[in-house]
Amino acid sequence: MLEAILLTVITAATPLVIAALGELVTERAGVLNLGVEGMMIMGAVMAFGATQVTGSPYVGILAGIAAGAVFSLLFGILTLTLVANQVATGLALTILGLGLSGQIGESFVGQPGIKLQPLPIPFLSDIPLLGPLLFRQDLIFYLSVVLVVGIHWFLFRSRTGLKVRAIGDNHASAHALGINVIRARYFAVMFGGACAGLAGAQLSLVYTPQWVENMTAGRGWIALALVVFASWRPLRVLAGGYLFGAVTIGQLHAQALGIGIPSQFLSALPYVATIVVLIIISHNRRTTLINTPASLGKPFVPER
Amino acid sequence: MTVSEGSAAIPLLSVRKLTKHFGSFAACSGIDLDIAPGEIHALLGENGAGKSTFVKMLFGILDPTEGDILWNGERVAIRSPGTARTLGIGMVFQHFSLFEALTVAENIALSLDPKIPLAKIAEEASTLSKAYGLPLDPKAHVADLSVGERQRIEIVRALLQNPKLIILDEPTSVLTPQEADKLFETLFQLRAEGRSVLYISHRLEEVQRICDGATVLRHGRVTGRCDPKRETAASLARMMVGSEVAAVSRDTSAALGDVRIEVAGLNADARTPFAISLRDINLKVRAGEVLAIAGVAGNGQGELFDALSGEYPVTSNEAISIRGRPVGRLGINARRLLGAGFVPEERHGHAAVSALPLSDNLLLARSRSDRKAFLGGGALGVIRHNAVRAATRRICEAMDVRKSGEDPVAGALSGGNLQKFIVGRELDRQPAVLVVNQPTWGVDAGAASRIRQALVDLARAGSAVVVISQDLDEIFEVATNIAVISEGRLSASYPAGEMSRERIGLLMGGVHDSTQPGAVHAH
Repeated sequence: MLEAILLTVITAATPLVIAALGELVTERAGVLNLGVEGMMIMGAVMAFGATQVTGSPYVGILAGIAAGAVFSLLFGILTLTLVANQVATGLALTILGLGLSGQIGESFVGQPGIKLQPLPIPFLSDIPLLGPLLFRQDLIFYLSVVLVVGIHWFLFRSRTGLKVRAIGDNHASAHALGINVIRARYFAVMFGGACAGLAGAQLSLVYTPQWVENMTAGRGWIALALVVFASWRPLRVLAGGYLFGAVTIGQLHAQALGIGIPSQFLSALPYVATIVVLIIISHNRRTTLINTPASLGKPFVPER
Repeated sequence: MTVSEGSAAIPLLSVRKLTKHFGSFAACSGIDLDIAPGEIHALLGENGAGKSTFVKMLFGILDPTEGDILWNGERVAIRSPGTARTLGIGMVFQHFSLFEALTVAENIALSLDPKIPLAKIAEEASTLSKAYGLPLDPKAHVADLSVGERQRIEIVRALLQNPKLIILDEPTSVLTPQEADKLFETLFQLRAEGRSVLYISHRLEEVQRICDGATVLRHGRVTGRCDPKRETAASLARMMVGSEVAAVSRDTSAALGDVRIEVAGLNADARTPFAISLRDINLKVRAGEVLAIAGVAGNGQGELFDALSGEYPVTSNEAISIRGRPVGRLGINARRLLGAGFVPEERHGHAAVSALPLSDNLLLARSRSDRKAFLGGGALGVIRHNAVRAATRRICEAMDVRKSGEDPVAGALSGGNLQKFIVGRELDRQPAVLVVNQPTWGVDAGAASRIRQALVDLARAGSAVVVISQDLDEIFEVATNIAVISEGRLSASYPAGEMSRERIGLLMGGVHDSTQPGAVHAH
């Protein structure tokens, strides 16, 4: 029973963690992309479609990643090259993604999907409790763990990651040092899109292997909240993602057990938790300033 | 000057006919300049003369519209700061190009070869900074450092690349005189090593002290080349400004009246981690007096202004009084109604809304204090446009504000003209108390002199004036009494005639006398 519940928590948390990690890198470079929900649902529908056509969920994963990246490229062209407002463009991206995916996925509705099968790791998967939870998982789960550690290392240990943080802190100075701000931001935006696409693929290939319109159901927004909740630090995204995942699952179980809490209450919990965390961290202004990308959402036009 | 054989004929850097247009505006036109190896060369000019545009072209941040740059006699195209660094040009920016969220070592690493490990950079930076007398902790976050320390990072960062030419853009504008002396020692050490320095400044005495040659710019053109040691400050100023600047006239004998603004034992905690806490501030300004508060930027000037103006009221109501009434907990409008006027430091976005016309900016500041004149319709507060426009015209005439059109947006005015308008906006009310923060920061000499004269005239007419300024020339021009702020503490105030630059310098560095209030009032 416990194992089953924990497994569902992990499955619910994985897409949140992956999408939030992508957005974290985008925001660390100083770009606010509110289109996570849109990129995620595009990833979900393309992953499902590609899997149906080829029969291979691995092709589906690649299609999901590509769909998210291409969709975010549209955001990049609009906000980085044409210097459109990032908030408005991000919201438009979400609306466009929800509509477009519904159109593309019209014929997929009701089709049985192909589930991405677990890849048990020899020996480790035989450990009681931990084995089935952590080592008898699918590829996307393993990827999420690698991404957390990898992005933490990238941002805080590698020189390229240092450049990304510098651009997010002060793009004018970064430009003056000779860093190509716009190019770096394109990469960051597209990495964010690819992650959102991968998170969407997880939804339509693992979480509920079928296509349902609007199946992201606000997870893109939770991922956005999660980035702030984690104060732009990858390891905290992991912790926060599992907390938010547990809340989602707890909500389902509470309903099943007939506990008299209105479900809206529980679905609002991640956002309430984010606000509480915001209040707590804003108490220590110094750490907030050191972690928050100071040029977040500000357009950059190099003078030449 | 040290010129080694062989290089005598060829300057390290030659610039020929360098020109930069922004649209139809020529920021730099046809600039020629030579720097020999081992020379400290000054680039003199007022704000807006084109100095920053010029060095940005040298450092590859801006592309020249026309002209050539020759490095060791060979024509080079500097397309990026990376190219400039490879050639051997290092730059210390006026507005620091540092990343507050990163550590000292990380900041330095960003401009170096990415293959060098961070630990090695930290170690080298630490060694080098000690060798040049600029101590730094590589692990500290920039956000926690003082401006002087931040400048050291910039210098160490430039030196780590072993440059042949170092460009310093207004380096002393943020330093105490003592810190500046240390910087000059570092520059002499660099010259002794055969490196060249391009020193940008508008401070004449510094340039005369340390530079071997000077090029003077005005309105984007070269107006003079000279050996600054053979010139007088007046002749250099003439090259910079173009004409003699009217000296501020004042009458020091006037008797002082009653106390108009008094601060007693004011304490205010820092609102942000980068702000300064005010500690035990005491001051008294009488009618007819100009109290000038000197200090290096970031020592609590902004915080003191906020407390005096009521932009951020303080906890103790008794700590501040205006015309005998305690106002510590009152907001800015309540204090204006008592006859006080305030001019904050930042013109755009604080003293004025750049996108709104002058008349709206006037109304925003005075809608409460001049409610009867500007608003009609009782509680409805309908704007009387004619009255507001007439007042705008009156202010512009009184302060000689040069503008295009009847009522342009604030952002369309040059810095000096907008500042004249903002100061005039308060003077127009004949305030009993006027508090101004950095009244002539970044404005041209003509406007600065106009504004200073207006402040002196206001005091002569019987008001109490507090001028917070970093500019010592300005302080000596306007002040009846002088106090110095340092790390959120204010020194006692002394009659201007008894103060010297050296003494102010000591007080700026935090050497406080134990004499507290009462030391003043010897008139």
